[in-house]
Amino acid sequence: MNLNLKENTTERNRVLWGTVAFVALLIALTVSIKGSTGLQWILSGLTVGSIYSLVAIGFSIIYASTRVINFAQGEFSMLGGLLLYSLCTKAGLPVPVGFLLAVIIVTLIGAGFERTAIHHLRGQSVITMIIVTIGFSIFLRAIALWSWGSNPLPIASFSGDKSVRFLGASLVPQNLWVFGFTAVMVILVFLFFNRTLVGKGMRAAAANPDAASMVGVSTSMSSLIAWALAAAIGAAAGIIIAPITMPSYGIGTMLGLKGFTAAVLGGLGNAPGAVVGGLVLGVLEKVAGGALPQGYSGYTDALAFLILILVLLLRPQGLLGKPEGIKV
Amino acid sequence: MLKTRMRAKPVVVVLALLLVLSLAVYGCGKKKITSEEPYKIGAVLSLSGPNAPLGQPEERSLKLLQKQINAEGGINGHRVTFIIEDDMSDPAKASTAIAKLITQDNVAAVIGSSGTGTTLAMAPIAEREKVAQVCCAAGTKITQPVNKWIFRTPPTDSMAIEKVLQYLKSNLKVSKIAILHDANAFGVGGADELTAKAPGKGVEIVTRESYGSTDVDMTTQLTKIKDTPAQALVVWGTNPGPAIITKNMQQLGIKIPFVGSHGIANKKFIELAGPAGNGVVFPAGRMLIPSSIPADSEWRKSVDEFIKDYKAAYNADPDTFAGHGWDAGLIITDAMKTANTDRVQLRSQIEKTKDLAGIGGVFTYSPTNHDGLDVNDLIMVKVDNGAWTEVK
Repeated sequence: MNLNLKENTTERNRVLWGTVAFVALLIALTVSIKGSTGLQWILSGLTVGSIYSLVAIGFSIIYASTRVINFAQGEFSMLGGLLLYSLCTKAGLPVPVGFLLAVIIVTLIGAGFERTAIHHLRGQSVITMIIVTIGFSIFLRAIALWSWGSNPLPIASFSGDKSVRFLGASLVPQNLWVFGFTAVMVILVFLFFNRTLVGKGMRAAAANPDAASMVGVSTSMSSLIAWALAAAIGAAAGIIIAPITMPSYGIGTMLGLKGFTAAVLGGLGNAPGAVVGGLVLGVLEKVAGGALPQGYSGYTDALAFLILILVLLLRPQGLLGKPEGIKV
Repeated sequence: MLKTRMRAKPVVVVLALLLVLSLAVYGCGKKKITSEEPYKIGAVLSLSGPNAPLGQPEERSLKLLQKQINAEGGINGHRVTFIIEDDMSDPAKASTAIAKLITQDNVAAVIGSSGTGTTLAMAPIAEREKVAQVCCAAGTKITQPVNKWIFRTPPTDSMAIEKVLQYLKSNLKVSKIAILHDANAFGVGGADELTAKAPGKGVEIVTRESYGSTDVDMTTQLTKIKDTPAQALVVWGTNPGPAIITKNMQQLGIKIPFVGSHGIANKKFIELAGPAGNGVVFPAGRMLIPSSIPADSEWRKSVDEFIKDYKAAYNADPDTFAGHGWDAGLIITDAMKTANTDRVQLRSQIEKTKDLAGIGGVFTYSPTNHDGLDVNDLIMVKVDNGAWTEVK
């Protein structure tokens, strides 16, 4: 047991509130200086931030239960969006049915990969598994390129494109879908890991596999559930954002990198942290894009990766993460 | 034994029939294939990877052209063979492929590649080996300054920019514009050239914003543009960025005209943008709207025939890229009629191409101009309820 538990918790709270205060200040400043234009930047930031959050949650689930960083997480979202195109735009199925089918297919792919590759690598180093996920991501991209071609594909918004005015700024209904879905997801995932026996068992299996198996938690089953869950959430996220992103085979790479940055920023393995990380990243990108002199707004990707490097150097446990050793 | 002979019979009959048929076909043509030795032309195209939508139609056109030339007796009695290599949209693979075509396959000239990066990777090898290269890529750098060995078939980015400026000044009659461009090579190159040329045409650029190729929301940039006195927005990028921008503009209620680049001269843009794409105007080759070509011209005749033959062969409409591929093959085979397969003479002959009616336009090269087309080969096209109309 770590004797510094209390101290760490206090520091975590300080960092958390510090972040919240910083973002609130940033938002307040932006809106007061730029008015409705600034509010538009914030809303735009929250939209892309929610997208990053959804991908980040997938990273967190697998990391929390297996300590593996799944670099194919963005590809689950890519597949979700492309499958929705085939099932709904092409085959004409209603969106809820297409949604369900696409999520099931991607879940099976995720679970199938866990059983065929990750499961057989038990006992190998985590690095080996991470490298295998990179290979898997390349494989999925190639399959998608072969099946859907390289062009981005159109997907109709779920509730039309009529914009909603909000204090001089505007949103489209699909943005509201993304916000709502992100909120529901983070609550569900949080409850699953903290309130259900299965979820608690999965965390135990990651923290101390030997002790967990002694009390009857199957680490193998835990890993399978984590992969299936992450694939399902990734696919669902890919579908919800598809009308905004216009999916193509290559979209998973950037989604994965941004989602990973968000997950690291929030603290790997922590679902609420992933959402905070995603939203902070999205708002920072868009406010920076707005505030930068003309011509530079296209380079805000660099900002995201600068943040990633800084967090890894200065606070590797992320904003909300507990330092290694006191998990559970 | 008997059984075997009986089974062999239908094969013999079919073979005999084929022989008779082929003789009959050759009998009909004016010219005949008289030599066993084919004239070989290499092609390095992006058949896979991100540029596959360019390379695939180009390949189809070359196969179609090969079939037609050989059906009409080949060139000077020789069958023509296009040896096509896939560069996977990767510059390193493109340079390996051209080296292989020149040294192992001993081709007389090379077509390719589909994209600017892959084309530039091939150029040093074509130059070193003294083999003419006819590319299907639009990057300004390829022919400026003129490289003795490299020619191109598509209209250049510069021509598209000139056309856009003409449209802004003469049709829209605006003097203040905003630019929103992709932060990749195509977008930055286009925006730089627009910025350099606009003042000369009496057009002021009041702001210039950019977005990342994978960005999914450009409302931030658009709100900044909304706060400027810009009377029109020029968007320089390829799918899906410009389509997302049309939707974001609708969301924000921005009503100024949207002028795109030739990067959105495809049906994909209409599909992606949906109703938000209505009213978008962009520069494109005349092949997009064949009726914009004078009805009695050679050019119109070749475009109409090409569209008909391509449709018959592939059950799909040819796009502009199909046209670029066809033109590259046409220019080389036309020069071969005089120069045959001598590499150096073939290059000089390509440079002497004059008033050759292709698909993208009427090609004329000279020692100082390896572009072939000019700004008049382009038109401005408007998206009108999911279809294209010419802006006059």
